[in-house]
Amino acid sequence: MSAPKRAIAAETGAAAPAAGAAAPARRGAAKRAWALVGASPIAMIGGAIILFWCLCALFAPWVAPYPPNKIDPAQLVYPYPSWRHWLGVDHLGRDILSRLIWGARTVLIVAPIAVFSAAALGIVLGLVSGYRGGVADAVIMRVGDTLLAFPKIILYLIIMAKFGASAFNIIAVIGVTNAPIIARIVRAVTLDVKNRDYVAAARMRGESPLYIMLVEILPNARGPLIVDVFLRLGYTTIAIGVLGFLGVGLPPPDPDWGGMIKETYGMIFVWPHMTIIPAVAISSLVIGCNLLATGLREAAHDG
Amino acid sequence: MAEVLRFESVSIDYIGKAGRQPIVSGVSFAIAPGASLGLVGESGCGKSTVALAAMRYLPPGMRISAGRILVEGHDTAGMSDKQLSAIRGNRIAMIYQDPMSSLNPVMTVGEQLMEVPLLHGVADRAGAYRRAVAMLGEVRLSDPELMMARYPHQLSGGQQQRVVIAMALMAEPALLIMDEPTTGLDVTIEAAILELVRELRSKFGAAILFISHNLGTVARICDRIGVLYAGRLVESGDIRAVFHRPAHPYTHGLLAALPRLDASGKGGRLSPIEGTLTAADRARAGCAFGPRCAHVVVAECTERTVPLVEVEPGTGHVARCARLDAVRRALHAAAAKGGGEAADAGAPILLDVKNLTKHYELGGRFGGRARRVVRALSEATFQARAGQTLAIVGESGCGKSTLAKTISGLIAATRGEARLGGADLARMPVDRRPRDLRRRIQMVFQNPDSTLNPSHSVEFALMRPLKVLRGMKQAEAKRQVARLMEQVQLPPELLARMPHQLSGGQRQRVAIARALAGQPDLVVADEPVSALDVSVQAAILNLLSDLLRHARIGLIVISHDLALVRHMADWVAVMYLGRIVEYGPADRVFAPPYHPYTEALLAAAPKPDPDEGPPKVILGGAMPSPTQVVAGCPFASRCPRKLGALCDAEPPPVRRFGDHWIACHIDLPPPAAAAERVARPAAGA
Repeated sequence: MSAPKRAIAAETGAAAPAAGAAAPARRGAAKRAWALVGASPIAMIGGAIILFWCLCALFAPWVAPYPPNKIDPAQLVYPYPSWRHWLGVDHLGRDILSRLIWGARTVLIVAPIAVFSAAALGIVLGLVSGYRGGVADAVIMRVGDTLLAFPKIILYLIIMAKFGASAFNIIAVIGVTNAPIIARIVRAVTLDVKNRDYVAAARMRGESPLYIMLVEILPNARGPLIVDVFLRLGYTTIAIGVLGFLGVGLPPPDPDWGGMIKETYGMIFVWPHMTIIPAVAISSLVIGCNLLATGLREAAHDG
Repeated sequence: MAEVLRFESVSIDYIGKAGRQPIVSGVSFAIAPGASLGLVGESGCGKSTVALAAMRYLPPGMRISAGRILVEGHDTAGMSDKQLSAIRGNRIAMIYQDPMSSLNPVMTVGEQLMEVPLLHGVADRAGAYRRAVAMLGEVRLSDPELMMARYPHQLSGGQQQRVVIAMALMAEPALLIMDEPTTGLDVTIEAAILELVRELRSKFGAAILFISHNLGTVARICDRIGVLYAGRLVESGDIRAVFHRPAHPYTHGLLAALPRLDASGKGGRLSPIEGTLTAADRARAGCAFGPRCAHVVVAECTERTVPLVEVEPGTGHVARCARLDAVRRALHAAAAKGGGEAADAGAPILLDVKNLTKHYELGGRFGGRARRVVRALSEATFQARAGQTLAIVGESGCGKSTLAKTISGLIAATRGEARLGGADLARMPVDRRPRDLRRRIQMVFQNPDSTLNPSHSVEFALMRPLKVLRGMKQAEAKRQVARLMEQVQLPPELLARMPHQLSGGQRQRVAIARALAGQPDLVVADEPVSALDVSVQAAILNLLSDLLRHARIGLIVISHDLALVRHMADWVAVMYLGRIVEYGPADRVFAPPYHPYTEALLAAAPKPDPDEGPPKVILGGAMPSPTQVVAGCPFASRCPRKLGALCDAEPPPVRRFGDHWIACHIDLPPPAAAAERVARPAAGA
């Protein structure tokens, strides 16, 4: 018995360095994610930008120098950035910095909820479509294609015009229009994974299709899903901005980055900073999301 | 004349995130014009890196840190890109494992072949065409003119590899580097390709650097051999010397771990090489094989660099071992073999399969094409017995995996029955089987990469079947998991690991533990070790047969490797084109009378013996499509002993010799006597 024991000891000792990790085998998900972000400078930069806006949103009442809706026409004498108003004031004399900070709240609440509802819906549809195949697959995918073929902006406008502009409707419309893309990703992974041996082993144990889809298949879509969710967060930030710009976003006077651009773009040649600064804010968040997504993808490929 | 290729203590490093890692250290060898050198070793030993270095084709991050590589006497280090590309393809040609990766899918075979002389400016289009056609004839492709106009995807794997060889020979290179050229191919096709290489070598006089993990193929091609371990050449010499009198413990272990066709029957244990090759071994100061070696002595082996020592002076047979004499004495003393155990027809029948048939329907509905029926499995009849091993052998596409899936319930049969106890499994896919029946049949899969879910820990993978199949609660299941890990000889620390942190052998052990978790009566193993290295393979096979014999569990093992089947099976079913053509106790299937197909398979199987002559029978052609309706014998189109029109017209009669039967028209003589079997002494033992 001693010989095989020794063999195993050697085998065990061998596998740990081969796996490239001296660290304990099972690290927490959070730690693993942190290790992934840490491995890529691009992801770090993206994460830092997002974190910055999250902190702004979280501590808005304390960090914003002025109330966001306080109108002070006297400031219009000199609306440009100054020591009193770091980023200047808008056409009604409201402090732009404060409005940006408060506006981060809107976008950072609405965008993640919208993306997560899209992900939830997309995951369900993708799993069913990939695992069941046949008619269910054909129906789900064709409906999704139809939705994707439709110009999104027009879809947004129709729905918002019909049901009215509210946070809930923004979330619903973004959720529904993004779900087909996420469904495609999950379906692709499902099609690949469902023919793997471990799924056959699960079937031979008599696991239910629900168990196989959620426990055996879905975790393997984690990687591409996380990357896509961050990309989609960026796109959704743009979409919310566009909706605000088209006047079907969140109702005024609450600060909304897209709305800020809409209200001031007529004055872009007189007071350009009023339009450009909120536009830069939107871009920064979008770039942050894209960088994080790119970085995560690269880190995942290396590891 | 200078050697075509010479490595002078070449070291190659990989510079990555983790710093500098040695991949190859101090490798020296030389290949004379027309000679052939085989490089063997386990995965990760650096053999492919050596091949790439010879072409100066190292991937980014790899760097030659010491030594010189000379091609026909010229140092490649100082060459410009232009000079290098003159060598590549012109003086040295390379043949890779996957022929599809060296063929351009959008160009016809002819265009690709003609490109070689055109590019090197040695012929005009008409001349190039003539040479290409001639070369296709040389690689024994029938109808070369027609072949010229084909696209790569229209050819079979064996034909593709022939085209690649033709392409490599077009430039009349001085050296042909072959990196696992036959690994993905069936044994009969492999045998034909190897014969072709031998033939062409003597005809064109090209030297060969042949890289393989398979000692059998190397024995067939090469006259010298080098054994690589952890990036170091541990033994090299004349192929006969190394195979018959291996000096290094690693070489000896590799040869001993190999299941052999000529072994005296079932039951002898293979001797695995313990442990696995690790990244750390490449950087070790002393002997890289030290951690796995039974003869290791501290200081002597571990502290100093071990030099290459002459085994027999004057023969060029050298080994990198510090304790050569001690090892030689110890190995001589240990040359004992375990006895065999005959198939026991008295063991209770576990699974009784009669006329099991599976037809798939292709096309129809929306396809537009006419509906075709794939006859994946036709009228299979056999029994699996408790505590015994039934092996199902055949080339890829013969229906052996379909058979496994039908029994395990992943697909439902079209006709026939498969009785396990009182239940008929044939028409009962797994989701309709009651829990107890599901528990009784478990499966071990081929691919260690996909057998475990990468998202779940080992513990999760083992707990789940205990809970589902045996209704255990958490605490009880946990205790049982510990016992299972002990059974498959894995340390309990591995429970928390994720599959990607395990080696292939460890993963396959976990897969075996998972199959055993439900306390099955029958385990179906689909090529359980074909993706593993030889040394690990032996350990897994020993484990599997010990566990199953001990628990009286029946095993159905699907395999294409006859030597392995010879080693572990009690019963053998040989399949061809969805039908069983020969069935019986292993001893009798592996002895005359043979079905002509069994005979061809046995002849084609690579044998690790350099004195073995060319195979007596080489099958030409390819297996017919399973969509065709075959009226007569399925093997008639390739049978070397075909009688005539009778074979095509009538299904072959079943000739019975007791438990052993053969479906063939030839009037085979009954087995004269068991003693008549040719017994050859096992080589190298």
